[in-house]
Amino acid sequence: MDVVALLVIILLLGAVVAAVSRPLRGGALDAESADASRVADLLAARDAKYREIRDLELDHQTGKLQDGDFKVQDRALRAEALVILRELDRYGADEPPRDTPA
Amino acid sequence: MATVGKAALIFALAVAVYGVVVSLVGARTRRRDLVDSGRNAVYALAALTTLAFVLLEVAFLRSDFTFKTVAEHSSTTTPTFYKASASWSSQEGSLLLWLFLLSLWSAAILFATRRRMRDVAPYATAILLGFGAFFAGLLVFSASPFQTLGVAPSEGAGLNPLLRHPSMMIHPPMLYAGYTLFAVPFAFAAGALIARRVDAEWIGVTRRYSLAAWFFLGIGILLGARWSYSELGWGGYWAWDPVENASLLPWLTGTAFLHSVMIQEKRGMLKVWNASLVLATGVLCVLGTFLVRSGILDSIHAFGASTLGVPFVTLIGLMIAGSVWLVTTRRDVLRSEHKLDSAFSRESVFLANNVVLVGVAFVVFWGTFFPLISEAVTGTKSAVGPPWFDQYTVPLVIALVFLSGIGPVIAWRRQTRATARKSFLWPAVAGIGTLVVLLPFGVFDRPAAWLMFGAGALVTGTVVQEFARGVRARRAMSSESVPVALVSLVRRNRRRYGGYIIHLGMALLFVGVAASSAFEEAKDARLSPGQAVNVDGYTLTYAKPTARIDSEAGRIERIVFGAELRVTKDGEAVGVLKPSRGFYPPDDRTFAANPIASFFEGEATSEVAMDAGLRKDLWTAVSPDVGALDGRIRALDEGFTKGIAQAGDQIAPAQVGALIGQALNSVLRSYTDDPPPATFRVIASPMVTWIWLGGIIVFLGAIVSMWPPPKGATRRADAKLLARVSRELGRA
Repeated sequence: MDVVALLVIILLLGAVVAAVSRPLRGGALDAESADASRVADLLAARDAKYREIRDLELDHQTGKLQDGDFKVQDRALRAEALVILRELDRYGADEPPRDTPA
Repeated sequence: MATVGKAALIFALAVAVYGVVVSLVGARTRRRDLVDSGRNAVYALAALTTLAFVLLEVAFLRSDFTFKTVAEHSSTTTPTFYKASASWSSQEGSLLLWLFLLSLWSAAILFATRRRMRDVAPYATAILLGFGAFFAGLLVFSASPFQTLGVAPSEGAGLNPLLRHPSMMIHPPMLYAGYTLFAVPFAFAAGALIARRVDAEWIGVTRRYSLAAWFFLGIGILLGARWSYSELGWGGYWAWDPVENASLLPWLTGTAFLHSVMIQEKRGMLKVWNASLVLATGVLCVLGTFLVRSGILDSIHAFGASTLGVPFVTLIGLMIAGSVWLVTTRRDVLRSEHKLDSAFSRESVFLANNVVLVGVAFVVFWGTFFPLISEAVTGTKSAVGPPWFDQYTVPLVIALVFLSGIGPVIAWRRQTRATARKSFLWPAVAGIGTLVVLLPFGVFDRPAAWLMFGAGALVTGTVVQEFARGVRARRAMSSESVPVALVSLVRRNRRRYGGYIIHLGMALLFVGVAASSAFEEAKDARLSPGQAVNVDGYTLTYAKPTARIDSEAGRIERIVFGAELRVTKDGEAVGVLKPSRGFYPPDDRTFAANPIASFFEGEATSEVAMDAGLRKDLWTAVSPDVGALDGRIRALDEGFTKGIAQAGDQIAPAQVGALIGQALNSVLRSYTDDPPPATFRVIASPMVTWIWLGGIIVFLGAIVSMWPPPKGATRRADAKLLARVSRELGRA
């Protein structure tokens, strides 16, 4: 084995060990509480609900839904969105909607 | 260089195993430092495999024959374009490509979710690193791409001639990109099940990866079909080859998943089904890799055969057992949040679409593995052919295209009769109208093709109507011009309209398949110069034979015999087609015995000649009767061997090469001066070009669907929505 290859291998090993051990050198950190997971769930549910409302509006605008049906479904979806927002309020989460494709 | 490559792979294996352990311990003990260390292990894995892959590519490009794999799969005469792709024609190189791509996607998704999905991501990290450890283990212990030779040969064996096609440069990386990208939703779905976090978040996070996997796998499949059509010399684009089937299986279940997952996102339904589909897709991706690399089933891909069966079967067994265990033990959290509101709704059509797609996947799976099943049961290996596959898949695919025509016009939750009548009118007119218009054109004896044309027209009608309605609605609100409204509509609803474009492309593709399969006219003819064959109104006259030697870097690459065919229709000249067949020299290049004859005992490839168009392809391939040259070749070989023996050590290798060149030129002259009859395959096939065009449209639609939305636009739209919902709540 030539010296250059050996040096490269040692450097590679050093870099790998440094990279994977970096978080460990800062001391143990506890994971976020169960609340954080619930908030993440709720934020995902809120974004999905917004997408659903927008899709419903487009279905209405393109003639797939009559006014009556649209109103009923739109009201139901908004009520579901409100439930999610209320729960998010309880956790004090106020993250703006994520940039998910419509 | 080889030592550094070996070290990089050993470190990759170590870091992957370490990452699996710390990620699992971190997830169980909820220690973020361990979880972050596991994530860094993924980044390190990506860096190490990138280094290893680059080193191997450099070795191929430099024709460094100290590397065993380079000596066996490349040569100095291999064009640079193909040297770069030769790495993945080898067992070791393709496994390294798998690991390299997997580590890149894993690093990308874990970087994107570094502040999200803290419950799920550690398990997903462990699973992704588990795959990484498996492939790194194979590369370290079973199939090292960095194995070296004690004495490097002066010349390599060269790339398999069949693989010297531009499609083959891209086909394997596309398939592997698809397989490895599907590992991401697989890992996050399994992680979500382990963590009992089966809401729609993992779907949202991995959505683009699922779409990208579907996109790349689709491109890979289509490129494979194109390669088959233009390189293999039999005139078809799909032969139900086991390895191609293996890539189709995850694409089918992935397509089903991409549809049904929308129902979970919107309605919180079908959680068990979606989890099962994505887990099955992940398993099928590994199965696809296994089929190519194992050679367990006879296939045109036999060049990939090897003996990695046991590790792959073990991995697949673990994946299946783990998936079944996860889905059955998480039934409590996988309950649907809603019920189906109506049988006449988008959800119902998606469900039907899923049943059909899974049905097609089952047929393909059964037909592909039938040889193994029959051998296990009866002790005799027997296979099913294309007619068996067609018998079941054709009606299912017609149903699928029909469903993709009616799905988009139906609303979510429920559709009323009044809106249905309005929505279905024009698509139905297009579909039924096409069926009626085609009646006088001899479609009665080809009902499947006839129905497919109708279904294709239905889909086209639906897509055109949806775009028209969307533009009209947009203009009613914003008074934009039609082109601006169209662009705005698609920009703001990429997922929906990208999907419609995909439906249109698939319809065109299947119409092309139906037309070319049902109305193809093929003829095999043995012709001497001056003779002609008639196919579908075309007259092809064998004008003259052609012959040449192709060289690269001063060495003979191949001998090519071909023909010039003059094509006329109704007495008018259409053009000239020049099919040929290339004969490659033997791998070892020792030329010890029968140096001229051995050129015709090695690999040979067809260079197909085509006159392709939107209406019809005229396709030809030639098989020159080289047997007629046997006497001449034998005489040359005898003279050559005698001459070499007499010259003894006094003749230099360069002189031997020159003598072989002269002898081959004499063979070529014999062929052109006194041409033997040649066998031609001529096919007139309608609308094959629609398949490639449809494929391009599908992929454009997929790009539209995947493209990130303009940040401001979505934020503004969601902010407005938030304000409206908040007002109703009384918060504003």
